Amino acid sequence: MREVTIGKVTEIPERTGRVVHIGNLELAVFRLSGGEIRAVENRCPHRGGPLAEGMISGGYVYCPLHEWKIRLKDGKVQDPDSGCVQTYPVIVEGDEVKIGLRENEEFRQREEETGLV
Amino acid sequence: MKKKLVLVGNGMAGVNVVEHVLKLAKDQYEITIFGQEPHPNYNRILLSSVLAGDTEMEDIILNDWDWYEKNGITLYAGHEVTRVDTEKRKVYTDNGLSVPYDQLLLATGSHPLMLPLPGREKDGVIAFRDMKDCEAMVEASRKYKKAAVIGGGLLGLEAARGLLNLNMDVSVIHLFDRLMERQLDREAAKMLQAELERQGMRFLMEKQTEKILGEKRVTGLQFKDGSTIDADLVVMAVGIRPNVRLAAESGFEVNRGIVVNDFMETSTPDVYAVGECAEHRETVYGLVAPHREQGAVLAKRLCGLDTPPYEGSVVSTKLKVSGVDVFSAGEFNDQPDTRSLRIQDEWKGIYKKVLLRDDRIIGGVLFGDTSDSASLFRWIRDRREMTDAIHAALAVTDSSDSGISPVREMEDADQVCDCNGVSKGQILEGIREKGLASVAEVKRYTKAGSSCGGCQPLVEQILQQELGEEYDRENASRTPICSCTDLTRDEVVEAIRQKRLTMVKETMNVLDWKNPEGCPRCRPALNYYLGMVWPREHEDERESRIINEQRHANIQNDGTYSVVPRMYGGVTSPEELRRIADVAEKYRVRMVKVTGGQRLDLLGVQKEDLPKIWSELGMASGHAYAKAIRTVKTCVGADFCRFGTQNSIQMGIDMEKKFEGLDTPHKVKMAVSACPRNCAESGIKDLGVVGVEGGWEIYIGGNGGVNLRGADFLCKVQTSEEVMEVTGAYLQFYRETAEYWERTSGWIERIGLEAIKKAVVEDQENCKQLLSRLEQVLSSRRDPWKKDASDSAIRQSLYEESRVSVSAEHGREGDI
Ligand code: SRM
Ligand SMILES: Cc1cc2nc3c(=O)[nH]c(=O)nc-3n(C[C@H](O)[C@H](O)[C@H](O)COP(=O)(O)OP(=O)(O)OC[C@H]3O[C@@H](n4cnc5c(N)ncnc54)[C@H](O)[C@@H]3O)c2cc1C
Ligand code: SF4
Ligand code: FES
Repeated sequence: MREVTIGKVTEIPERTGRVVHIGNLELAVFRLSGGEIRAVENRCPHRGGPLAEGMISGGYVYCPLHEWKIRLKDGKVQDPDSGCVQTYPVIVEGDEVKIGLRENEEFRQREEETGLV
Repeated sequence: MKKKLVLVGNGMAGVNVVEHVLKLAKDQYEITIFGQEPHPNYNRILLSSVLAGDTEMEDIILNDWDWYEKNGITLYAGHEVTRVDTEKRKVYTDNGLSVPYDQLLLATGSHPLMLPLPGREKDGVIAFRDMKDCEAMVEASRKYKKAAVIGGGLLGLEAARGLLNLNMDVSVIHLFDRLMERQLDREAAKMLQAELERQGMRFLMEKQTEKILGEKRVTGLQFKDGSTIDADLVVMAVGIRPNVRLAAESGFEVNRGIVVNDFMETSTPDVYAVGECAEHRETVYGLVAPHREQGAVLAKRLCGLDTPPYEGSVVSTKLKVSGVDVFSAGEFNDQPDTRSLRIQDEWKGIYKKVLLRDDRIIGGVLFGDTSDSASLFRWIRDRREMTDAIHAALAVTDSSDSGISPVREMEDADQVCDCNGVSKGQILEGIREKGLASVAEVKRYTKAGSSCGGCQPLVEQILQQELGEEYDRENASRTPICSCTDLTRDEVVEAIRQKRLTMVKETMNVLDWKNPEGCPRCRPALNYYLGMVWPREHEDERESRIINEQRHANIQNDGTYSVVPRMYGGVTSPEELRRIADVAEKYRVRMVKVTGGQRLDLLGVQKEDLPKIWSELGMASGHAYAKAIRTVKTCVGADFCRFGTQNSIQMGIDMEKKFEGLDTPHKVKMAVSACPRNCAESGIKDLGVVGVEGGWEIYIGGNGGVNLRGADFLCKVQTSEEVMEVTGAYLQFYRETAEYWERTSGWIERIGLEAIKKAVVEDQENCKQLLSRLEQVLSSRRDPWKKDASDSAIRQSLYEESRVSVSAEHGREGDI
């Protein structure tokens, strides 16, 4: 796994999502009121809503388009809906925030999208 | 290897069997479903609610596309099965597809009966059976005014009620001298007709239609007696005929329906039928409850489990028309060998009749108060002997104070929700094990009460009986803000005042919110109430606003936003238009559209471009995204129009400038027309002003959206200053008393026109106070676009995105 620094803790506003592009990946990064930082793919499994724009409550985000409730820890969509969104490990070192990516993940994504894989 | 189960008919009865099969023996079958309609399985019963505007099409889907996929079911929606080859054991479709089966289930439902009248092929002549019909009616109501419904039975009356809600003039034509003659006795039918007439339906009784008039589209009906009526939409609701074509052509035994035995087996091995297409012991059932009973038996059979046979059902009927409670089951017409119990209360509009044979209960009709319906139905099913206790229970016309509670007598196995087959025991289990405590929760977890809603009173009684003290009736029928709390709006606002709460989080803490950080329903509501109660002290909490208000723009389906600048009173200038055009080009806006609110919309804007666009436009926010004052539409008025009596444009501009962006419980739209021709549509606005000779009329509580409502006349004033005052007082009164998410149209129905009139027109002192509280709020407004565009910290944290470019080997180059 590779770690990519995305910025400082204070650059992620509390309880408001931030969109972070890494290569071709688009992540939604959140700072919860307890201080934890979470990162998930910025795409709701329902109809692709931008999760970074969603309302955050505790460890959950509500998609801004149709309010699916998603647990940020594991990406699991909550009842009565179902599905899952990709989550990414977050490492905080000092005031730096890093995201863990599997090797070449950001490129693989592009290849999948263009049908190369 | 798995056996192949093929279902023809993707409707309520067939899919219900499949659901049972999946529960009983998930891996036994490979399942394929064919459905002629291009939809997943939906709740046909609720088409009436969709038509009446109480529900949306997408909310009546019972099993969405995902469900089929998740359960490994192959669904061919939009395919008609045209042939079954029982030798080869295969079905064939109109699209040339063929699929083999081991077990074949027919659930093809029925067709609406279309009377063979001359002219029935004309445009505008339809039935009421599926989504397509429902859409056709909604569509017709937009263009046409006069509807005729042929048939005064259950379906006809539900269609007629829906068409009334769609603002059509509705006439119901009925062959007999009383409505719902197959379910109601003369007395109940008479009361029903009177009530529906009061709601605005017209009835032509004992009329036989002879001919449908018109050229290409229907224009009217002609009757046997020579009379005619005008109609540009004709809905035939005269009955249904089981859809047996496929079965007949494939050589299965067919009578009125597809003939089945007590295990729903047809005359042909491994072929079954269920639902409205099936005929069991010479009876075809047109209601879902018996289909469920059939399905439960059949599913067990299919899974090789033991089951008692299906021996037929007793059915009951309810009419789903708001404001009318009608219930009927079993026999209801007096016969020489019957006696009856009859209670009629003309003061309360209640009628009850229970028919007895040999002192046993064999049927009954309830009108006006159907709270006894569930117990009555059970007594009928069990042919219970009449007792003094039952008699006493029926004799009260308000069952809340009757001594015996019908649910107490129910066994756990007794069914409460006939639509979804939920028993009393299952509901009790939910209450005891899952802690369900309200009708809404029971509905969510058990499905009871979620279809036609008829059993909700019974569910409530079960909750009451089980939870006793904890569950006082008031507690559950009142509506808490959301599922994070049990408190209602009024209680929360009261607490905010009393305990001087000023922050959202604090409020949730102090008031013991179950979900400590709330949800998208309660947080915006709390933020609004706090601001309303403490306009000075409360600091607006952006993260608790709905997303559109956080970004000051409307989020679109693809995550981009739209920008609607203000054009006061719908008036613009060449200079303004030029700036809009420049911005649209520069930022490659996907579309520039004229909105329904007399202004322009720049659609498909990237979030990051929003602040730049706002500053380059140099126009004020139109608040098209906010629960706030939106637009004030105007007509050209006395300046230009030959009929204009007042300067409506100026009046509109003044109102918009004065109140723009004021936070309200829901959005508020206003309009000013300069004469009663009402070209600005003042009659369907939250507040509409109509200029007349020597003054202005003010109308309130109109709505052109989901629940169309004509505005009510509030008062007439002479000067434009008075218009401003009444408007201001009205807005503040709405701000202070409405629930968040409640449009003025719902609010006015809830608290009453008279109360509003008193508060904002008649009580001068109160009106003054309202206005002074309003001024405090108005003076603290700032244009949100200007504010955000000029604040670099906000721009950075709320609108900009981070880009981290990575090369294959090492870390980060970009910046946040
Ligand atoms: C842009 C516009 C459609 C257009 O192109 O004309 C529009 C667009 C939206 N309307 Fe509307 N409404 C627009 C005029 C209307 C009108 C007509 C009018 O204002 O004269 C109505 C019916 C009149 C009324 O409200 O009484 C209308 C009744 C609704 C409703 C139903 C409200 C109700 O209480 O029944 C909603 C849903 C809601 O607000 O909860 C809604 C919600 C919406 C939202 C904001 C949906 C959403 O939450 O995302 C739409 C944003 C679309 C987008 O992607 O940007 N829109 N909407 C119109 C903007 C007018 C403006 O200049 O501000
Ligand atoms: C407006 C309305 C209100 C109602 N209200 C109530 C109520 O309050 N209470 C109540 O109990 N009942 C009510 N009903 C009746 C209830 O909806 C029906 O009894 C029930 O839907 C019948 O289910 P079914 O599966 O037998 O038929 P359907 O739901 O009609 O399903 C049959 C399906 O099979 C499809 N099909 C037919 N032939 C083929 C073929 N050859 N190939 C592929 N697909 C085919 C049809 O397109 C249809 O989608 C109402 C009905 C209507 C129309
Ligand atoms: S703009 Fe209004 S009517 Fe059109 S789809 Fe959106 S909400 Fe519905
Ligand atoms: S796109 Fe997320 S809930 Fe619909």
